[in-house]
Amino acid sequence: MPNTMLELTALNKTFYSSDYTTHVLDHIHLTIETGEFITLIGPSGCGKSTLLKIIAGLDVDYTGEVQLGGEKVNAPSQEKGFIFQEHRLFPWLTVEQNIAAELSLKDASIKQKVDELISLVKLSGFEKSYPKQLSGGMSQRVAIARALLRNPKVLLLDEPFGALDAFTRNHMQEALLDIWRSNRTTMVLVTHDIDESLFLSNRVIVLDTKPGRIKASIPIDLPYPRKRSGKAFQELRAKLIALLEHETVDKQDWQI
Amino acid sequence: MSKTSNHAIPAANPISHRPSWSSKKEKKAKLNLSIFRGALLPVSVLLTWQILSTNEIIPSQLFPPPSLIFQTFIEMISSGELFHHLKISIVRALLGFTIGGVSGLLIGLFVGMFQRAEQYINPTVQMLRAIPLLAITPLFILWFGFGELSKVLLISLGAFFPMYVNTFLGARNVDSKLFDVTRVLEFSRVQQVTKLVLPSALPNVLLGLRLSLSIAWMCLVVAELMGADAGIGYLIQEARSFMRTEVIFLGILLFAAVGKLSDSLVRVLESWLLHWQDNYKG
Repeated sequence: MPNTMLELTALNKTFYSSDYTTHVLDHIHLTIETGEFITLIGPSGCGKSTLLKIIAGLDVDYTGEVQLGGEKVNAPSQEKGFIFQEHRLFPWLTVEQNIAAELSLKDASIKQKVDELISLVKLSGFEKSYPKQLSGGMSQRVAIARALLRNPKVLLLDEPFGALDAFTRNHMQEALLDIWRSNRTTMVLVTHDIDESLFLSNRVIVLDTKPGRIKASIPIDLPYPRKRSGKAFQELRAKLIALLEHETVDKQDWQI
Repeated sequence: MSKTSNHAIPAANPISHRPSWSSKKEKKAKLNLSIFRGALLPVSVLLTWQILSTNEIIPSQLFPPPSLIFQTFIEMISSGELFHHLKISIVRALLGFTIGGVSGLLIGLFVGMFQRAEQYINPTVQMLRAIPLLAITPLFILWFGFGELSKVLLISLGAFFPMYVNTFLGARNVDSKLFDVTRVLEFSRVQQVTKLVLPSALPNVLLGLRLSLSIAWMCLVVAELMGADAGIGYLIQEARSFMRTEVIFLGILLFAAVGKLSDSLVRVLESWLLHWQDNYKG
């Protein structure tokens, strides 16, 4: 019963400046099903973050169309939860106030949902802490809880764990998988980390650079939880590296 | 040689690892010592002053002995005179500060948030800011007379600028990354002001508040010296004509004390409102 959640049609994006123009995204077509976990991977400068901002409605300077659940996207909204590379919490609010943000914790139903999310992201006991007292990984989990409180149709994550150390990053990836498996929220995650994309997603979208276009769409059928050291994982990893590094990979392998 | 140093180290250790009651005592002794050092200069100046003045080595008419200043202080407190003048001064300063500070806050916020408003308003305000207050004082007297109105307006004009400049800066310092967050979370325009711009600007607003308060206090002196029938400034002015130097000294000390007190109050407010700040160590 897969149905379409996100549909990108003929997306083009060009940056203009006084002395040069950069064609960032070139004719992007992409369909994402409800409940899928997609990762967008590609070299830096391939426009993957720009693509995510367009989906979020944060960037509206493009041609083509983005549809979410059959409706055209033209502005940011709570339906499209966005996790930035940095946690972007309000420093003057406590953890629970940050998750509630513009909503009032005095409302019992909101307070209850916030408490549930705090235990989902394993931050119980830190409700009253301020962002300055949290580690990078904890802050990012607060940001995820803040997005989830709004029941987003899709959660867009822009290199959310890029700034974390390797140990915390693995931990966060597992936490994100837990959330995905319990909520089944459609996820689109931008990364430049091959292991991360193989560990998390159902499907890896490989982007090419200059101009950014979709090079390959690779379904990952490995069962969860995945073992990073497993043979199948390593084989996929090698192929993905080859695809990212060399232009001359037999594209037949990848069922484009 | 290495042998002797080896022996010296264990011998020194028991001394540095004293039990805590002793180190507490040591801390207290250290504190006492630093208080003593800090007080040494002013106390010896006061003592010398007292001796020189009572023996008329310096003219006691111009440098009344500290004991006389203190005596006057006690007398004026018990007669209620001091409180009367102090109250009038504080009411003037607070009234002027409130009018100037609140309008500085509102206009600063408005100009900070709308580029268009900045283009219309900011150049004029910056031009007015450059005018020394003393230069406008005669005009204020002509326009509003010697009464309370001219004094309060002069104070509020002085208090306006620091509040305006700092609030404006604060509103401009809003992190554009957090602004994106409010768009994703669908904050209303009002929520963007109350939940993002105001808290972001708060450190600057509090700085503005502090500067604005101290300027209000200084403008009070100008306003009261230019002609008043009550207030600390009046007290000083009147004492001058009667050569009561000790009252002048008392007035100056009062200005200093109240100024310092109001500044400390804002600092307390700061540490209470800005405890979330990462870099606040005050």
